[in-house]
Amino acid sequence: MSIASNKDQINYVMRTVEERKVRFIQLWFTDILGTPKSFSITPAELENALEEGMTFDGSAIDGFSRVQESDVLAFPDPKTFQILPFQKGNSELARIFCDVYNLDQTPFEGCPRHVLKRTLTKARGLNYNFFASPEIEYFYFAKQDPPGSPQPLDNGSYFELTVADLSSDLRKRTVLALEEIGIPVEYAQHEDAPSQHEIDLRYTDALTMADTIMTVRLVIKEVAQDNNVYASFMPKPLEGVQGSGMHTHFSLFQGDQNVFYDPDAEKFLSETARHFIAGLLHHAHEITAITNQWVNSYKRLVSGYEAPIHISWAHNNRSALVRVPVTKASHPEATRIEYRAPDPACNPYLCFSVVLAAGLDGIQNAMELPKEANNNLFEMSDRELKKAGIRPLPMTLEAALTEMEKSELVAETLGEHVFEWFLRNKYYEWNQYSRHISHYELARYFPTL
Amino acid sequence: MKTFICFPKDTPPDIETALSELGCEARFIEDADSLNNTEPAEGWLGAIVTVGYNEQKAVDLCREMRNRETPVAPVILVVQPGLMAKLDRLDDLFDECLAENAELQEIKFRITRSIKRFGKNPNSPVISYGPLALNLETYQAIVEKKPLDLTYMEYELLKFLVQNPGKVFTRDTLLTRVWGYEYFGGARTVDVHIRRLRAKLGEEHAGLIETVRSVGYRFGRIHWQV
Repeated sequence: MSIASNKDQINYVMRTVEERKVRFIQLWFTDILGTPKSFSITPAELENALEEGMTFDGSAIDGFSRVQESDVLAFPDPKTFQILPFQKGNSELARIFCDVYNLDQTPFEGCPRHVLKRTLTKARGLNYNFFASPEIEYFYFAKQDPPGSPQPLDNGSYFELTVADLSSDLRKRTVLALEEIGIPVEYAQHEDAPSQHEIDLRYTDALTMADTIMTVRLVIKEVAQDNNVYASFMPKPLEGVQGSGMHTHFSLFQGDQNVFYDPDAEKFLSETARHFIAGLLHHAHEITAITNQWVNSYKRLVSGYEAPIHISWAHNNRSALVRVPVTKASHPEATRIEYRAPDPACNPYLCFSVVLAAGLDGIQNAMELPKEANNNLFEMSDRELKKAGIRPLPMTLEAALTEMEKSELVAETLGEHVFEWFLRNKYYEWNQYSRHISHYELARYFPTL
Repeated sequence: MKTFICFPKDTPPDIETALSELGCEARFIEDADSLNNTEPAEGWLGAIVTVGYNEQKAVDLCREMRNRETPVAPVILVVQPGLMAKLDRLDDLFDECLAENAELQEIKFRITRSIKRFGKNPNSPVISYGPLALNLETYQAIVEKKPLDLTYMEYELLKFLVQNPGKVFTRDTLLTRVWGYEYFGGARTVDVHIRRLRAKLGEEHAGLIETVRSVGYRFGRIHWQV
């Protein structure tokens, strides 16, 4: 099978670059940790890149290097060509997402976009299409050089009276910039914590959404930077207030039919949906290292801040890990589940892959859904939780890695290359962190011990 | 825009030949009513009215074309040789005239020149609807003279819709007619792209694409719809 793109799509891109006087085209791809990577090419190089890919040295990218050969091919996906709303001088700037291939044109196993495509293809083999709609939370902070401790914009004297306006204004500008490049925003609001904001995106298929999240993170950061403000997706930048999550709504369709919906079932929740949720709960502890991949992610997953800490589900209980919004009979297509663990600093390609794989496993093995958790789990004692059969999510990155390492499902979904590299990289991060002497320790122990 | 009104059905055959050689189309009508309900989405390029025996009907049609909201122009009258003097009193109703026995080359010259006088070009790659225009040659789209930065699939979808205004399409039809290749989203892909197009069109023009409940989507209206 040729991986070269369709001629019409290439013509479209080439003509648009010419007509709109695009001077640079950024080729975008993502490393294993979800960090955006790009290199710029000129229009003269573009046609060749679209037809034959661009060779680059993979060893410069985290998780891309392999022992024998380090050159890989970035193959632009012309369907993702988009002129960006940030002009550099007078010329337009455009981006294209790339899939990474080996020189022999086989998919490069370290490319997260391939991991997701492979999982989606598996779902399609069962006639399922997978949709995602995330709620992205983030903070605006005063820009500091060099970066110091985070200073919220609308708390404290730093920016004084005008600050509330500034951060809301930034969010509005971001929403406009997103709409301009065809990313419809369902809802945008100020969140609970100072300078915290949320942008909810309308659903798309999971691959498009993973690409979209990469774009949205960049647009949020760019708009902030243009106004001398720093936007952060760090899961828990401030102690004592809410962290930033990326609650994501998921649904499965067969053609036009939402298979999570059943008009005859209790609260319209189909048997398939129940199995999917059961699978997700069954594998939740194994996939947490992927949905929450940083040491800091686990500072968010603590009691008291509306972040999930127990493996449970419920219709209307914001302490649950999986929330199932009750479907209105008039909107069967909107039946969905909300997974509340992920944070906005995850790799969305890998996150969607493991969530889908866990859910599909639940469906294929007809897993039984445990009882709904109706109580506020934050208020239950450990003994009560244990009695109810409710297990906790891993509480540290290390605990999450230990669970992931034992998981067949995660290993199979990510593929050997990503699985092993991820574990190695993350254990290293944990070890580095373990050596660190924190302010907490100094303040707590040094005066007395 | 490349369709000429031809009245009546028994227009001299050389007229149709000339139009087709110029890359234009002839659409024959018998009365003023057909003026509206057979009009192509992009409008009429012009009209060729052969006066012949039914002089009153031809004159009525010409008047109708002049008086409508978007007048048809140019109007080219074809009369029997030797009867040109008749046209004198109809001066305000036509832009160009031809004798029924004019040679093919003359017909072509006169048609081309009169189209040009009205700033029209039958071979233009531009299709438009209201504030929206697409250039099929350069793949560029503009709304109110401002470029729209579309992805390939958004462009293809918009092109299809602008070429078929007023018609309701189901998601499945759009999927087969516009996509027709591997995609990850199924029929919902259509909804996703419609939403992205609406976002790019902006609040003011998003309504050009209507959702037709439990059927699909419709772009714009054709003129005679209420």
